[in-house]
Amino acid sequence: MQDIWDILPGLGDKLAAHVVLSASAIGLAMLIALPMAVWASRSAIVSRLALSLASLVQTIPALALLALFFPLLLSLRAVFGEGLPTLGFLPALMALTLYALLPILRNAVTAQANLDEGVLEAADGVGMTKWQKLVLVEAPLSAPFIMAGIRTASVWTIGAATLATTIGQPSLGDPIFAGLQTQNWALVLAGCVASAGLALAADNLLWVIEVGLAKRSRWMTFGGMAVVALGILAALWAQSTGSDERRIVIASKQFSEQYILAQLIGARLEAAGYAVEYRDGLGSAVVHSAVASSSIDISVDYTGTIWTNYLKRADNPGREAMYETIRDWEWRQNGVKVLGRLGFENAYAFAMRGDRAKELGVTSLTDLVGKAPQLTVGGDPEFFERPEWLAVRDAYGLRFGQSRNFAPTFMYNALASGEADVISAYTSDGRIAADKLVVLADPKGALPSYDALLMLSPRIAEDKGVIAALEPLLGAISVEAMREANLAVDREDAKKLTPKAAAAELGKSLRRPGLDPG
Amino acid sequence: MTMPSPLLRFDGVICRFGEVTAVGALGAGVTCDLAPGSFVALVGASGSGKSTLLKTVNTLVKPSEGRVLFAGEDVAGLKPAHLRRRVGYVFQGIGLFPHFSVAENIAIGPRLAGEKLAPQQIAELLALVELDPAYATRMPDELSGGQRQRVGVARALAGGPELLLMDEPFGALDPVTRDALGRKVRELHDALGLTTVMVTHDMAEALLLADRVLVMDKGQLVADETPRALLAGAGGVVAQRLVAVPRHQAERLAAMEAQG
Repeated sequence: MQDIWDILPGLGDKLAAHVVLSASAIGLAMLIALPMAVWASRSAIVSRLALSLASLVQTIPALALLALFFPLLLSLRAVFGEGLPTLGFLPALMALTLYALLPILRNAVTAQANLDEGVLEAADGVGMTKWQKLVLVEAPLSAPFIMAGIRTASVWTIGAATLATTIGQPSLGDPIFAGLQTQNWALVLAGCVASAGLALAADNLLWVIEVGLAKRSRWMTFGGMAVVALGILAALWAQSTGSDERRIVIASKQFSEQYILAQLIGARLEAAGYAVEYRDGLGSAVVHSAVASSSIDISVDYTGTIWTNYLKRADNPGREAMYETIRDWEWRQNGVKVLGRLGFENAYAFAMRGDRAKELGVTSLTDLVGKAPQLTVGGDPEFFERPEWLAVRDAYGLRFGQSRNFAPTFMYNALASGEADVISAYTSDGRIAADKLVVLADPKGALPSYDALLMLSPRIAEDKGVIAALEPLLGAISVEAMREANLAVDREDAKKLTPKAAAAELGKSLRRPGLDPG
Repeated sequence: MTMPSPLLRFDGVICRFGEVTAVGALGAGVTCDLAPGSFVALVGASGSGKSTLLKTVNTLVKPSEGRVLFAGEDVAGLKPAHLRRRVGYVFQGIGLFPHFSVAENIAIGPRLAGEKLAPQQIAELLALVELDPAYATRMPDELSGGQRQRVGVARALAGGPELLLMDEPFGALDPVTRDALGRKVRELHDALGLTTVMVTHDMAEALLLADRVLVMDKGQLVADETPRALLAGAGGVVAQRLVAVPRHQAERLAAMEAQG
């Protein structure tokens, strides 16, 4: 288990990215909210409209708001061309800016509404123009309240910016999401400590400015501003010292296997002299489009996922036909090169405890049909809605006595304790081996295959060096090796490994290359 | 004898706010000339329209009909910022800028016009309203109500105005301060050769300070008399009702004294 104090110093670049993103979002929100507040103070309709809109945005969960910008920007490519980034900084900035609007806008509008009538009348009475009144009277008198709004916005934004990880923008959310998926709590804690520390620091600095404005202390106001500016400049400098050359970006979705494979791929490319960058913990839905748009260069996806989600097919033509169809479709439709299959599947499968299967005499789904009415089946929360379950149920005429939903981690506990007799497992899951489970055969081929595919973005589809570095992985990873690596990351005891270490172990146990024809 | 040409002329002024007519009545606006150098009190009950009429002069209120001429020019045609630099304005709310020092408050009018007041000039203005020059560096929240309004008067005078408008200027002050500041303003009016229009609901104050009293009732001018004429019974029912209040108070006080 890593120690949090060993992790924190390594988060410098994430911290810099986090600061730049948050500061940009707050700055942009100020540029929008402050003129809007001035307008709102002159018109009751604008005031009501602006505040309702900003409040409406707040009701959208931050995670959803971030994710929504991906399809939005994708559709905007029709207008702005293919160069428009759909992942990373731009969508994160837009979502966080929207999120930061409300506190700034609300405080600015309230501050203006609460200005002393007499002072405003005096401003008119001494002959100020509207602009002079705004600059000399309204702005300085509202400033402390506006600053309080900016403070609130900053704390929110720094917190919400951790979610930018899911749309491919590096932030302090990277260690949090990576740690959550691989159950590396030190990593989670390090990310939380760093982002909470940043939020506290920003809150206190802005408080100094706020008090400086309220007490009209130039020393506090400008001192606070100078420190904020220095912090942002330092973050910008830290970011810009990174190399300018385009690195090869490797994606991983939010489960251990993806983290391990990303590290395995990255290590091979680095050995071949490439600079690589990891976008960990991406939402599953964005990875596919991100590779097609070259926002991401390399991902590992699964045939069954692409088959149902992107080809929108419900039939099952068999493993080979499915693979060929997907390979052609990706190349023609998206310019994405399916380099080949890694050799294992991460499919849905039905698993039972070994002793229980023996006792009931069950080795395949066909054997299960007669026994099912006395048994309880457990699945992850979405399983009983998925086409895989419907296909199996209808193909075999399976009728279980009871079906229950469990979070994936608890599914295995339920099986161990006898609360479920059969569960929907994932074939590459390390716990199948660890818990000595039996995976039931599927003689009718009702479950679609989920071959792990190595996907290359259009940008590097023809890159001979990349292809040469990665070809040895094709057909080289057995499901047993993958299970072992997954277990090493998922386990809680002293043998727990980081994804990087597990990838190194996995790299040593590669099968002889060239078994896969693709 | 020829009358000097008026500094201020109300010409058929009517102010409506939606359904309510605050100044003037249907077809009959307020018309009246004010000579330069005069100290005119505008007296009436609450809601009689006196404040609204005053604010048409520096265009804080725009008349619905009619016009206001300042030194022969329609104020509607003047840039508000320019006009208000020539017209000092003191009002009940005082409205000192809380983030400016006393000196900065006083100097704001000239500053807007691009001039800078020297510390010596600030000290002179403070002296005019009987404040120590040391007050220049204080912030408004360090002053008493009376001191604040003295600064308010100094601010109104800083631009060297031709006309001084005062809207219930002493309404929020205690009686002693109110009396002293009233006398001070009249003294400054005479010394600086100002033309002053003061809105008040206190007839005693009007009679004692002004040399001409206009009485308003329901948006209309109902009396236009000198203080002496009002005391002699001129001006009609509404005006006399207002005059009766301080007169009765004085009589009762005198009677009390006589009883010993």
